[in-house]
Amino acid sequence: MKKLLSTVACGIVAMTFGQAAFADPDNNNLTVEGMAISTDAKAMAGGPLDQLFSGWRFRASETQSLQMDDFDNPSFVFVEDGEALYDKVDGSEGKACSSCHEDVAEFKDLRPTLPRWNEAKGKLYSMEQYINDCRVDRMGAEKWKWTGTNMTAMTSLISLQSRGMPISVATDGPVADILSKGKEIYYTRVGQLDMSCANCHEDNFGNMIRADHLSQGQTNGFPTYRLKNAKMNSIHARFKGCMKNIRAKPFKPGGAEFQALELYVASRGNGLAVESPSVRN
Amino acid sequence: MGKPRVKVPKSAGAGDTITIKTLMKHKMESGQRKDKDGNKIPRKIINFFSATFNGEEVMSVNLHGAVSTNPFIQFDMTVPTTGDLAFKWVDDDGTVTETSKTIKVS
Repeated sequence: MKKLLSTVACGIVAMTFGQAAFADPDNNNLTVEGMAISTDAKAMAGGPLDQLFSGWRFRASETQSLQMDDFDNPSFVFVEDGEALYDKVDGSEGKACSSCHEDVAEFKDLRPTLPRWNEAKGKLYSMEQYINDCRVDRMGAEKWKWTGTNMTAMTSLISLQSRGMPISVATDGPVADILSKGKEIYYTRVGQLDMSCANCHEDNFGNMIRADHLSQGQTNGFPTYRLKNAKMNSIHARFKGCMKNIRAKPFKPGGAEFQALELYVASRGNGLAVESPSVRN
Repeated sequence: MGKPRVKVPKSAGAGDTITIKTLMKHKMESGQRKDKDGNKIPRKIINFFSATFNGEEVMSVNLHGAVSTNPFIQFDMTVPTTGDLAFKWVDDDGTVTETSKTIKVS
């Protein structure tokens, strides 16, 4: 039934472009600095989506082209800030990130696996927590705010190392309970508009919501530079924005609810290539 | 002002049109905003940009209010000979940031 409705909704578009797409992401190819990055992937069997599309495919071509050149991509202003912070000594131990992790390239495999279970701490860990643990325990420095400027600059730099690698968060073992909690949040209607994540990003991706082209709400491009606020946005900050849009009281960035949601949404995008730091509107 | 970012081809053919991209990190405070106590935040923007090839001006820009944060300036030029392309940004407070790149013409 859902398929039928969507087919009717995008029938005109499909005729125009002569393609029998499920919804209407465009067919542009993403090449960044000569490296081709796949913007779609086959979904895991039994999942809610047949085909996965990166949010890049739903953006206007002007926005898309910004991401195709690292000079044009405004994110790299913030990546450079991250590089400076990486070498900056902070805290009582007189250390910088680079004192232990000499080359940031050693984080090459990290971004696609996050959030993941941290055995030593006995809980789910996002990149922000790993960074803050290092700052507090090893550097003797103050924690950074989850969605703050320093934090997003650092997560942008670290995520960039994994660009092009497929998202592959673990969904079994100790995180299984958290995953189902995330799924529950994803499908629960909240707020004055009484909407769930799925109402837009599963039922209606490819359609317009007023002037905006709805994507699947994938997290493979985060942290992302948004043209609307001219800065890097973390996954949790984006969740918060979504919840405000549907007139709900947002959960706390860095809280258990958003972390569960981060894991579940990431698992829906397993297989999509990391695009961080991406450009969106 | 931060570290200037410029993208200049390392080499070009004589008379070729090349594209130059520049980006300067700057807050570009417009002078129209007020702080929490209602006081006007003074204007602080980059008010002038120029590009000079071997001492000869290629282009210059006077920037005013309403230019966005981190101004990105792109232009095309032709290069007759090997030389240095020098860039200059001037801040309202008088700070001048400069950088230059060499273009080899074969």
